[in-house]
Amino acid sequence: MNSTSLRNLSIATAVLIGAGFALVFFYAPNDADQGFIQKIFYLHVPLAIIALAGFIAGGVCAIQHLRTGDGKWDARSYVSIHTSVIFGVAVLVTGSIWARASWGKWWVWDEPTLVSFLIVFLLYATYYPLRYAIEDRDRQARYASVFAITAGAFVPLNFAAVRAAQSLVHPRTFATAEGGLPPKMWLTFAVCFAGIAALWLTLVRFELTAKSVSGQLSRLRRALDDAPPPRASGTAARIAPGPSASASS
Amino acid sequence: MPALPLDEAGQYVAAAYVVFVVLLIVYVGIMATKLGRISRELGELAELAERRRGEGER
Repeated sequence: MNSTSLRNLSIATAVLIGAGFALVFFYAPNDADQGFIQKIFYLHVPLAIIALAGFIAGGVCAIQHLRTGDGKWDARSYVSIHTSVIFGVAVLVTGSIWARASWGKWWVWDEPTLVSFLIVFLLYATYYPLRYAIEDRDRQARYASVFAITAGAFVPLNFAAVRAAQSLVHPRTFATAEGGLPPKMWLTFAVCFAGIAALWLTLVRFELTAKSVSGQLSRLRRALDDAPPPRASGTAARIAPGPSASASS
Repeated sequence: MPALPLDEAGQYVAAAYVVFVVLLIVYVGIMATKLGRISRELGELAELAERRRGEGER
């Protein structure tokens, strides 16, 4: 990805998040039941949805990696999962704060929604030791892809099981019998969701670009170290960076 | 549970949004460190390439 489109994406993310937060505090009405505390919803729910979608995206990239053997798909899978784990931390912390304010407890162990998200998060927390326990790069990428596909398939199954389960205290936000959110809340939620999605995409692009540049630097260093010293004819050694890993392309 | 009064609810809401911002700042800080390392490595490589060119011209 070139720097102009990355810059434009970053600006769009900042605008969307800024607009979303402004709508949360100056436009969206207070919830009739929960009052002001419901404002956490506009941060917590988009983070949770994007984190879970990111885990699935990591699985899809891993499928592409196993099909094509192209390292850029492994990089995309890794970065998708990595960014989603960070979002997962934010989901757990903001959820706990909301739980404390709404239910008087930081955590409710018999609530399927909370525990299932924690299980998914802990499952993906094992991705890092699994990946970095393997030294051989090709095997590391293959094993990590198999893990990402298996865990990625578990995410929608887990989500469906939780929706089917009887909820104790955690609300079912969408598609309720009462009709769900009023229009002002929907608009605010949509803008916040777009902002968090754009943030995820921006962080993924930044990370991929950084990985790609690091890889190219390593190749350049190896080329410089391995190249024989130039002869005294005045011709400098020609060092080509080599074909780009194009992790970000 | 009944809805919390605004002053108490405000603290929780502020805490949730502050956590998000702090995580974002930590992430940007880590990325800035990575960028600094890349910049330093690039400088070293440029120096190495120039030294080699200098050796070749002698």
